[in-house]
Amino acid sequence: MSATDRSAPPTPGNRPNPARWLVVAVPYLWLFLLFLVPFVIVIKISLSLTAIAQPPYTPVFDLAGGIGGLIDGISEFTVENYLWLTEDALYARAYLSSLTIALVSTALVLLVGYPIAYGMARAPKGLQPTLLMLIILPFWTSFLIRVYAWIGILKKEGLLNQLLLWIGVISEPLTILNTNTAVYIGIVYSYLPFMVLPLYAALERMDRTLLEAAADLGCPPIRAFWKITFPLSLPGVIAGCFLVFIPVTGEFVIPDLLGGSDTLMIGKTLWAEFFANRDWPLASAVAVVLLVILVVPIVLFQNHEMKRAEREA
Amino acid sequence: MAAKAVGPVKRSFAPWRDPASAPFIEFRNVTKRFGDFVAVDDLTLTIYEREFFALLGPSGCGKTTLMRMVAGFDEPTVGEVLLDGQNLAGVPPYRRPTNMMFQSYALFPHMTVEANIAFGLKQDRMPKADIATRVEEMLALVKLTPFAKRKPHQLSGGQKQRVALARSLARKPKVLLLDEPLGALDKKLREDTQFELVDLQQKLGLTFLIVTHDQEEAMTVADRVAVMDQGRIIQVATPAEVYEQPNSRYVADFIGDINLLEGRITVCNDGFIRLDCGVGGGTVEVDQTMDATPGENGWFAIRPEKMTLSLDPPENPTVNCIAGDVWDIGYLGDVSIYHVRLAGGATVKATVTNRTRLVERPISWDDKVWLTWPRDAGIVLTR
Ligand SMILES: Nc1ncnc2c1ncn2[C@@H]1O[C@H](COP(=O)(O)OP(=O)(O)OP(=O)(O)O)[C@@H](O)[C@H]1O
Ligand SMILES: [Mg+2]
Repeated sequence: MSATDRSAPPTPGNRPNPARWLVVAVPYLWLFLLFLVPFVIVIKISLSLTAIAQPPYTPVFDLAGGIGGLIDGISEFTVENYLWLTEDALYARAYLSSLTIALVSTALVLLVGYPIAYGMARAPKGLQPTLLMLIILPFWTSFLIRVYAWIGILKKEGLLNQLLLWIGVISEPLTILNTNTAVYIGIVYSYLPFMVLPLYAALERMDRTLLEAAADLGCPPIRAFWKITFPLSLPGVIAGCFLVFIPVTGEFVIPDLLGGSDTLMIGKTLWAEFFANRDWPLASAVAVVLLVILVVPIVLFQNHEMKRAEREA
Repeated sequence: MAAKAVGPVKRSFAPWRDPASAPFIEFRNVTKRFGDFVAVDDLTLTIYEREFFALLGPSGCGKTTLMRMVAGFDEPTVGEVLLDGQNLAGVPPYRRPTNMMFQSYALFPHMTVEANIAFGLKQDRMPKADIATRVEEMLALVKLTPFAKRKPHQLSGGQKQRVALARSLARKPKVLLLDEPLGALDKKLREDTQFELVDLQQKLGLTFLIVTHDQEEAMTVADRVAVMDQGRIIQVATPAEVYEQPNSRYVADFIGDINLLEGRITVCNDGFIRLDCGVGGGTVEVDQTMDATPGENGWFAIRPEKMTLSLDPPENPTVNCIAGDVWDIGYLGDVSIYHVRLAGGATVKATVTNRTRLVERPISWDDKVWLTWPRDAGIVLTR
């Protein structure tokens, strides 16, 4: 074994090799162009001032001005927008409300998603690809259209109210649309696949003889779920929660379409600053602060994923 | 090969010979099908309390399935399994007084070795202090005390196996089902653990059902062994009986090495059988009582260690004697195995104990040799 190793030529992986660099460079180039560059631009705008101009802020870097123009531009940077965010309580409330809604809806998605994922993982092996397909199927229709569809379901004369009236559960139509309830329904519906898929992966991988072993040692099924199944599915729970929590915090479409005027979410605030007030610098500052807030869960998530990858290696 | 005295000296324990003794585990005409496949086929078997019972058989013959029906993970398709007189049908695994050591170990990956062992005890609501004592006792038994705080993925294969063993033993169940409990251990550790197992079983008065691929192990630890094939039991007997008096060629061949000479029964009296084995085998005479009619086909079965190998022809070379050339010699240290090619073309094996320090053996390749044996050395089989 070792003799053949020594006589074998060095494997390509051991030596820097142009093809290998290319493979590494492509995703980095992608990330650089599509994430880092736009983000730097957003930071730059957040440090500018509004102006009645095109684009609606100053300074605007003039590449023709060379290094001197650049330094002039930078000297005009201001943190005024950030100060403004702390002065008006509206923003703090919007951030807080976003985080609360994200937290509550993550819990709801978990509550709904876990039984679904569990059922899928325990379904007959032949049926599982079909079930997986059904979970992914909604992605084939535009997100926007699916959220619109909920308006039709939730409105006063909508399908849900008609159904409930017809069954006789209620005598007056319920007001669901344009409330936080509608927002929660929309979020749970839209983000369910992001929870179900990692949960399913974790549950499906679990060795079922572990449950037999638990039963053999005198542990009834429900206790075995809490002692064995749930702890072993935790990586999936954590991954699913982050995948829901992080994007929901900045969610705009769902609260805008299904929520009411009192539904306060930072995504809506951001949209209003951009399009209603045309205050690009302030909107950018809102976006940057949102990102900073989310950096904490994102880093936690990354750590978690890295640890899991290590454990599995 | 035969029952070596590795374990503690066996008691005189033979409830299966006493018609008055009550069965403890009972399979009554049990059949288990998976779809069309018959894993266990109309099997009837009785195991007694405090017995150490071993299941032997080739891979896939249904040993694990049999155990799973006692543990409650599989229900028989037909027939019933009884424990201490009680039909187990419908009793869930967590209410059965049995514990199983899984062939795949099935250790809980998120728990430490300690927690794995304590798991069953916690289900029994044992006081904390008692759990700690029992866990320590079990860790010491399987020699894993320094590994108490490790997680299963930090253990070697043999260590995992010992944790699984300790976990199944911890509750001291009435019936312990061990599915290849010692397969991954080295010889020394295996023999030590065998010893401990037998000791524990006798001290606590437990009933053990063990699956093993190691027939030496089965013979060492078991009171009785069952040899299985394709979901059926071929023979159930004490290790010595299975080795010395196999009831069929299958069992004779499965347990240890054996030479089979095919022939025709010419005389079958009470206590005496004569077999005509043709060119290669000659006439074979055996002291044996069996139900056979002259003219019937039979096989003379004899273990390699029961034949005497010699360079000179015996006084009477026509009865219980075969001649041939040495074809191959296997030197194993303590014994050498001689493969002798007979006139008819068949080969037989004979083992010779190496009693001298000589490196050059007196019998060598291509020597003409004679193999002889007394009338009580072999056995005639008709199936
Ligand atoms: N759940 C199942 N579905 C279908 N076939 C099964 C199932 N479980 C076992 N079998 C089949 O039943 C037969 C007996 O299996 P079993 O596990 O009892 O064998 P075994 O004697 O324990 O073998 P080994 O010594 O390899 O562990 C095998 O042929 C196996 O393929
Ligand atoms: Mg098996």
